[in-house]
Amino acid sequence: MKARVLIRPKEGILDPQGKAVERALPALGFEGIGNVHVGRMVELEAEDPERLDELCEKLLANPLIEDYEIQHL
Amino acid sequence: MIWGVLQFPGSCDERDALNACEVVGDEARLIWHEERDLSGVDGVVVPGGFSYGDYLRAGAIARFSPAMEAVAELAAAGGPVLGICNGFQVLCEAGLLPGALLRNQELRFICRQADLLDDEGNVLSIPLKHGEGRFYAPEEMLDRLEAGGQVAYRYADGHNVNGSSRNIAGVRNEAGNVVGLMPHPEHAVDPLTGSIDGRKVFEALEKYA
Repeated sequence: MKARVLIRPKEGILDPQGKAVERALPALGFEGIGNVHVGRMVELEAEDPERLDELCEKLLANPLIEDYEIQHL
Repeated sequence: MIWGVLQFPGSCDERDALNACEVVGDEARLIWHEERDLSGVDGVVVPGGFSYGDYLRAGAIARFSPAMEAVAELAAAGGPVLGICNGFQVLCEAGLLPGALLRNQELRFICRQADLLDDEGNVLSIPLKHGEGRFYAPEEMLDRLEAGGQVAYRYADGHNVNGSSRNIAGVRNEAGNVVGLMPHPEHAVDPLTGSIDGRKVFEALEKYA
C-alpha cells in the first residue's frame, strides 16, 4: 500500500529554516503568516504497513529531534 | 596502537585522519565501509565528509553500513572510537553517542578556526567546517551529560558559532572510550597549518587501546 510520512522538527526545538522562511514572507507581501516549520516528506509503497512505525523510528525520523506522522493513501 | 579510519562513499577527511594518527606516533589504515572485519585494529576514526551524500539526515544512512556494525562491537568492548564532524553525526545516529546535530542556528555553512576547552583546562585551537553542527539534547539529558563528565569539549566563550546547547562541541559515552566532536582535530596536527592542538584529541583516546 502507498503511504506518506511527514517528518517535522519536534516542538520547542529551534527551527532556523522555518524562521528564515517566516522572515522572508513580509518582503514578498505576505503578512500575518507565523509559526512556519519546515520538515520532510517521504512517499513509499509498503508490502507490510505494520512495520512502518518501526521504519520511521529507525531510519526516516530521528525521534530525539523529530516527530513523524504516517498517512495511508 | 593501530587505528582504522573508516571510508564511506562521500567521506573526504579520511586521508588527513590517517596522517594525524601517524603524526601522533600510531599506525593507521583505511577501512572501506563494506568491511565487516576490524581484526588487527585497536581503535577507529569515523572521519568527516558527507557520507552517502548526507541524504535523509547527516549520518543516518552510514550507521547501517557493515563497518559500523563492527565499530559498535569495538565500542562495546571498550575500544577507542573517535568521530569527527560527519563521523560525530554518524555515532549519534547509531546511538553510540548521546544527542543529535542540527542545522547551524544561522543556517550558514561555517568554516573557521575555533577555540575549544577540553576537560583538563587546555585551550585547543582547531578548525571547524560544517553546516549541521548545532549540538542538541533535551535539557534533562544535558544535565545528565554534564553531571556524568560526558562533555568532552566545549567552545570557548565567543566561539560557539553554530548555536550548540551549553557550548558543547564534543561528547563522550559513559565509559569514555567513544568520543565525537564537530571541529576537525585531524586538520590541526602540523605546525604548517597554524596549530598542532588536534594531536591532543587523538592522544587522549590512546589509553583505551
